[in-house]
Amino acid sequence: MSAKILTITSGKGGVGKTTATANIGAALAKRGQKVVCIDADIGLRNLDVVMGLENRIVYDLVDAVEGRCRLKQAMIRDKYIPNLYLIPSAQTRDKTAVSPSDMIRLCNELRADLDWILIDSPAGIERGFKNAIAPADEVIVITNPEVSAVRDADRIIGIVEAEEKGSPQLLLNRLDRDMVKQNNMLSAEDVVDLLAIQLLGIVPEDKAVLISTNKGTPIVLDEKSPAGQAYRNIARRILGEDVPLLDLDKGSGFFNRISSVFGSGDK
Amino acid sequence: MDNFINRIFSKEPSSADQARDRLRLVLINDRTDLSPDALESLKDDLIDVLSRYIKIDPKLMRIDITQEGRQQRLIADIPIAGPLSRKY
Repeated sequence: MSAKILTITSGKGGVGKTTATANIGAALAKRGQKVVCIDADIGLRNLDVVMGLENRIVYDLVDAVEGRCRLKQAMIRDKYIPNLYLIPSAQTRDKTAVSPSDMIRLCNELRADLDWILIDSPAGIERGFKNAIAPADEVIVITNPEVSAVRDADRIIGIVEAEEKGSPQLLLNRLDRDMVKQNNMLSAEDVVDLLAIQLLGIVPEDKAVLISTNKGTPIVLDEKSPAGQAYRNIARRILGEDVPLLDLDKGSGFFNRISSVFGSGDK
Repeated sequence: MDNFINRIFSKEPSSADQARDRLRLVLINDRTDLSPDALESLKDDLIDVLSRYIKIDPKLMRIDITQEGRQQRLIADIPIAGPLSRKY
């Protein structure tokens, strides 16, 4: 095994990075992949509560980096899905406790034993973001169909390209089909046109996401949730399957043109 | 339906159209680090330089930044009014 490293980032905060990391990780693990999700937001620990693992933390990312524990000891096993693990962030105030080269070393150590390493990046373009993208093989940029989120996504895409990480993939989160129909929300086509990167998937606005986060269970386990379905489809695309987009905007051939984005799934 | 009727009778573009148009300009700005003011002075400087070689009408000159994928392109369309009168 040699894991592929995916970093999930956004620029703007609150667009759904942590939820996306947890659910893409869960969906990949559900398909038999061995996955670890790393919370790279030092000082603002979040991924653990979204995954419902907050009571199981013994060691964290900074402990692993500073050698207070073995890497395996910092990997918390998921409650619901076998083969899914979390490396939680530290609550220390020292944001410089981890460097980009620490992240590269840590991920290289993890690679051999895993299929996927998902890194949940903090918002912004500072140290934490640099840590998160340093080891990345592929970057997923999340945005909402909203002016400030799209603008920040554009900045992040520029930085990721300048770091020679290739062109990131776009995940458009919280699209409200009714508002798009009423011409009161940017459509997926608008956002893809503005940002000019490849679309990995669209996650529709779905109240079930908050409910699942409240409980600390992944939305991908909810068979009835449209957002859960969207994340399951995204995971399949990441694995190289050709999965058409959810039928969010009938009448536009645009949505049928999306094909698999990470090649044939060979890692 | 309400919305459809509103759109027919109002001159204001839909909020989605406004968002798209505003973002288009903001992104060009962010990507090139060139404000509309800076673009204007670029245009003035271009006119100065070009006028040393050819006769141009600044009023007919168009200069724009267009977007092709993530690549920005500066497009100048400058009709030539004629040769500069030579002094020999």
